[in-house]
Amino acid sequence: MPTYRSHVLVCGGTGCIAGGSALVQARMKEELAKKGLDKEVLVVQTGCHGMCELGPILVVYPEGTFYTRVQPEDAAEIVEEHLYKGRVVERLLYRPSEKLESVKHYNELPFYAKQNRIALRNCGYINPDNIEEYIARDGYQAMGKVLLEMTPDDVISEIKKSGLRGRGGGGFPTGMKWEFCKKSVSDKKYTICNADEGDPGAFMDRSILEGDPHSVLEGMAIGAYAMGADEGYIYCRAEYPLAIKRLKAAIAQAESYGLLGRNIMGTNFSFELHIKEGAGAFVCGEETALMASIEGERGMPRPRPPFPANKGLWGKPSNINNVETWANVNPIILKGGDWYASMGTEKSKGTKVFALTGKVKNTGLVEVPMGITIREIIFDLGGGIIDDKKFKAAQIGGPSGGCLTEEHLDLPVSYESLTAAGAIMGSGGLVIMDEDTCMVDVAKFFLEFTQAESCGKCVPCREGTKQMLLTLQRITSGKGTMEDLDKLEELAVMVKESSLCGLGQTAPNPVLTTLRYFRDEYEAHIKDKKCPAKACSGLIQYLVSPDLCRKCGLCAKNCPVNCISGDRQTPYVIDQSRCIKCGTCLEVCPFKAIRKE
Amino acid sequence: MKITSLEDLRKIKASATDQTSARSEGKTRIIIGLGTCGIAAGARAVMEAVLEELSKRGLKDVSVEGTGCIGMCQQEPLLDVIRPGEPRITYGRVTVQDVPRIVTEHLVNGRIVEDRLIGRAD
Repeated sequence: MPTYRSHVLVCGGTGCIAGGSALVQARMKEELAKKGLDKEVLVVQTGCHGMCELGPILVVYPEGTFYTRVQPEDAAEIVEEHLYKGRVVERLLYRPSEKLESVKHYNELPFYAKQNRIALRNCGYINPDNIEEYIARDGYQAMGKVLLEMTPDDVISEIKKSGLRGRGGGGFPTGMKWEFCKKSVSDKKYTICNADEGDPGAFMDRSILEGDPHSVLEGMAIGAYAMGADEGYIYCRAEYPLAIKRLKAAIAQAESYGLLGRNIMGTNFSFELHIKEGAGAFVCGEETALMASIEGERGMPRPRPPFPANKGLWGKPSNINNVETWANVNPIILKGGDWYASMGTEKSKGTKVFALTGKVKNTGLVEVPMGITIREIIFDLGGGIIDDKKFKAAQIGGPSGGCLTEEHLDLPVSYESLTAAGAIMGSGGLVIMDEDTCMVDVAKFFLEFTQAESCGKCVPCREGTKQMLLTLQRITSGKGTMEDLDKLEELAVMVKESSLCGLGQTAPNPVLTTLRYFRDEYEAHIKDKKCPAKACSGLIQYLVSPDLCRKCGLCAKNCPVNCISGDRQTPYVIDQSRCIKCGTCLEVCPFKAIRKE
Repeated sequence: MKITSLEDLRKIKASATDQTSARSEGKTRIIIGLGTCGIAAGARAVMEAVLEELSKRGLKDVSVEGTGCIGMCQQEPLLDVIRPGEPRITYGRVTVQDVPRIVTEHLVNGRIVEDRLIGRAD
């Protein structure tokens, strides 16, 4: 086997692939062959690097040079300059701002400096389709140690010691959950991986599955051994085709090496793993609905108890953990529970992956120690707000979470602190909003999502979220009353307290937190019939300033409903009764003569 | 191949670690000047000789990097060796014939090849 002096890692995460990284990879190979360097330089496709904003990402080792926004036509220059002549291609390096110098190396990027990548340890570093690269990074060592040197009780006590809690959002201690399932007596048990990630803007589970599928398989096998299960399911939504493809390849490889299947590593432990593709209903992320869906039933939750640990899939004791939770198991076994527990806060140990999106400069995936402040995540890792506008709020935990404000910026992130502030850790979606965002509109957006995703089984969720949404629609169109506000709050509390499952119990969180922290915005919509952020189309007007108008007629020409009139002599005027508030006139006016009020 | 023991796993890990060794840090580095001047003086052949010598000797934890012109064109091909914790040693006018000597003496035995030495940077 030839030894390659240099490895070129091309990101093959969904984000970078959408940016054309597959073509970049192909062109790199072509150009290397042209130069006769294909025996010296290896091109590897990896999973997500997390810095999706700058994709397609390409890293050249051994130097660790980090190239950003690489296009297929850049391949020739990288090969000629960097790989043939040893000169870094400066123009493709990351530059935090015009004033700052460009950053050459992967580990010098501020984006990575505050991260501690445990669940994401291999993402962007190995080829997810090659089990040997995973093994080179201590892959399956933990499973080997567990099967040959540890009893199931040893494993559970190690996980308990680590303080690991469910990363899907609930935050239930993982070790305890495993113990409940282990104590359940049955001839058959299941372990399940919840990969039904559905929060708008969240993609940490997808990135782990795409970038390091074996870490999930290994974690599940270790869990199965500890709990006495011999069969498992990965419930992954069909909208994640690449994750499913890589999972299937990973399972086949692990089976061929005897690391999954019958008599793993020559022991009498057997573990068979299946993939179940979900159709994408948000409620199927709820564990009882998820199990119903695997069984072929309609995905609807049922009351607990009985808990899955006693009566789960097909009536057998089952354990469900989220992708990120499983991915943390291998390092905990290898480095010990104490090591993991040394990171984080008193009750929230270890690290958490967040999907950073919205009005922040560096959108992407970050893994940070618990206890880090939201300010550090947004301003140090995220690079601050786009166009240096004013930070307004952060929606944490997706549609089930809540909005946090400027006063929470220095809040250390933990399960407890977020719950106390009215939000939840959730699966780790973090949407950043600036001063142009209307908080009533945000609450409406998330409620539209949960209302549409409500399965309809219980009345509070089915009817309550609908009525809440109608109220919010009234308020944002300027028809709300102050009584609406009281009723909205009352309904929200009622839905939260009386819904059957987590979906309904958390759906009102965006409304409750915005009511708590941004009540003045709601009141402005109702009393003054004004949207302070000028985002709600029902409450704004587009107007022509006659003194600025040069009577060019571009606005009238582009108006899709022909409601602007005027000519070379008379300034243009917008007919408010027919205006659909699309904003086209404001965009096309070369003289900034159109304003929004 | 089926893995039936920790020993099997260790073997695969060892060979797979070699495959990916270009991506790890903290190794001995060989840096070759690959500017136009270096290439004209025969640096490509020197680099190929280095790769061949390393694989012949089974030296896995050595990274081979290229660099651009550093201004000492008359001394090209330039070849630098940095062993972890030691200063950067620069050799000049390196030929293909010098490569086995530099690898054996310097990389393996830690002795600087004096007759090709032109610089030492701490």
